[in-house]
Amino acid sequence: MQGLKKSILVSLWFMFLTFPLMVIRIDSLNGTIDWRWENMLGMGAGIFVLSFVWRFMLARKEAGRAAAAGGAMSARGAWFERLRSDPKAAVPAMALIFAVFLALPWVFSTYQTNIMISALLYVMLGLGLNIVVGLSGQLVLGYVAFYAVGAYAYAILNSNFGLGFWAVLPIGGAMAALFGILLGFPVLRLRGDYLAIVTLGFGEIIRLVLENWSSFSQGPSGIANIERPGLFGMQLSVNEATTYIYYLILAAVIVTIVAVTRLKNSRIGRAWQALREDEIACQAMGIDITTTKLTAFALGACWAGFAGVIFAAKTTFINPASFTFLESAMVLAMVVLGGMGSVIGVSVGALVLILLPEYLRAFSEYRMLIFGATMVLMMVFRPQGLVSPGRTKYNVPGADGVGADAARPAAGGNA
Amino acid sequence: MDWQYFWELFFGGLTRGSIYALIALGYTMVYGIIELINFAHGEVYMLGAFTALIVAGALGIYGFPAVAILIIAAAVAVIYCAAYGVTLEKIAYKPLRDAPRLSPLISAIGMSIFLQNYVILAQTSDFMPFPNLVPQPEFLEPIAHIMGASEVLIIVTSAIAMAALTLFIKYTRMGKAMRATAQNRKMAMLLGIDADKVISLTFVIGSSLAAVGGVLIASHVGQVNFAIGFIAGIKAFTAAVLGGIGSIPGAMLGGLVLGWCESFATGYISSDYEDALAFGLLVLILIFRPSGILGKAKTQKV
Repeated sequence: MQGLKKSILVSLWFMFLTFPLMVIRIDSLNGTIDWRWENMLGMGAGIFVLSFVWRFMLARKEAGRAAAAGGAMSARGAWFERLRSDPKAAVPAMALIFAVFLALPWVFSTYQTNIMISALLYVMLGLGLNIVVGLSGQLVLGYVAFYAVGAYAYAILNSNFGLGFWAVLPIGGAMAALFGILLGFPVLRLRGDYLAIVTLGFGEIIRLVLENWSSFSQGPSGIANIERPGLFGMQLSVNEATTYIYYLILAAVIVTIVAVTRLKNSRIGRAWQALREDEIACQAMGIDITTTKLTAFALGACWAGFAGVIFAAKTTFINPASFTFLESAMVLAMVVLGGMGSVIGVSVGALVLILLPEYLRAFSEYRMLIFGATMVLMMVFRPQGLVSPGRTKYNVPGADGVGADAARPAAGGNA
Repeated sequence: MDWQYFWELFFGGLTRGSIYALIALGYTMVYGIIELINFAHGEVYMLGAFTALIVAGALGIYGFPAVAILIIAAAVAVIYCAAYGVTLEKIAYKPLRDAPRLSPLISAIGMSIFLQNYVILAQTSDFMPFPNLVPQPEFLEPIAHIMGASEVLIIVTSAIAMAALTLFIKYTRMGKAMRATAQNRKMAMLLGIDADKVISLTFVIGSSLAAVGGVLIASHVGQVNFAIGFIAGIKAFTAAVLGGIGSIPGAMLGGLVLGWCESFATGYISSDYEDALAFGLLVLILIFRPSGILGKAKTQKV
């Protein structure tokens, strides 16, 4: 009863709140007002239901927290844990996924393949941003700047000096990494929200420079007729080229996944995670914060650079409009949705966020609205993301002996 | 030196700066109390401008006089923005009050994207013309060559709003509670201050000021679209940081300084990099003097 009353109040409040924007539309040409009352009714009904869901979710989150404090592990997601940790299940599953991706361009049309290419590009971007945000905990909002650096590196080197894709790929990555370090140096002292804003500013500056420095980047009109990647000098038709790029980006994604997984458990990867947990404690343990942060920036940027080169080669046309803040926010939404720090999570997050709006055409209008809402809801209800990154526990011989090495969210943290 | 041009730029900067200051106050007050960059604050400003546009349009059709439209539209915008601000806080920030610091920031970014698209879907993504509602009175004729009536209105209104805010913070009970909460929330709660109420009030005041800014700038510039909040938000944030985030006089000063910097830089150097200037300035301040002009340097406690 209490809940019902509350929901009615909330729904009335939202009907009031959304009244001017949702209901009134001015037709200034004819000088009439278009009253859209049906929107208000829809809003009221929707919010009424949502407020129940909201309270239910909050209660469940509280219950989950209490259960976690009691040391019980939820049975939910156990099959997934098994899939991830048990090689008998994991290897066939991975092989199956790999086979599906491999067969994709032969089964689906070029159009579908093109969508997959952009989805995989975002997987790559997400994994790169995951290094910076998920592993080392530095919130970078201007990530798309590095993507732009890679794309423009290829476009300019190709149109001015005729350099090919394979020559520019490492150059693009290196350029982006250089920019990452350039950005990293001055912001070393900043943390958290300040860092986020400065990197956002950096991203916008890069875009504004590309827009205004016409002699260098041809301004807002962009650079067209960028060469597609060559395959031993063969002439490829557009369809063949698409398939080729698909395999290229698939390979790039696999390399990225392998590299990021390896990095995560390396010395530097552990340093990043320590940095994420507690900067001061990390410093006290003798980790060099400067190099740790800079490598995170450089490596994260480097992947964006690679992705940028591939993007330019895929679309054959780039302009500054492709590199706005929204793009950065979208990649961030993927990392957040998938689970910061989790390689599988981020890949799934990217695929979900790109493919769902593509295939649910009815929703494509609402795409960014849903992105925004997803970010808020994930933070409120499931901050660890869809796939929470398993904390690796290390057993120190002579310490308390037995201990599970399976991934399990550690209650106390190991900072 | 061309003095007339100089004064034009000077007052242009003052106008801009006043608006930045109005928005920056919202950032700085929220930051002072819950240490959060309210990323969606720029969107609240945009919603204020849009609400005013819709109300003004509707009243215009019914044939109200311009001055009445301006006042009613501004009042409605203020009420709605305050409501949006409070709702925003309840949905996106309150459940995250004890979460790690990245979480509310990401949720704020999400909220900002959500609100922009909400406006696109509910209204339009095009630029909408905002009616010119500010009359040009007789007594402003002598200075009409350097500043128009809407500029005078912006400067005067902002000055009044800021003075009222300063008095409120300084002399009322609620203002005292706000200052106490900003200093130390736990201690303030122990002393019987309702922190939730103070936080809500902060959002109400910040959002109302943003709404005033939104209405003023919309009637000055003459057009509105869903994206105006993003750039204005970043610039106002720059102003808040410039003055020292958390400091109310700092936000006002920072806004004015930023306004003048932009105005003179575009007037004397080039207007190509107008927006980049604010970003560059922001980066430089954060690197060299993160505590801003009036802020106190914080030492890191271990």
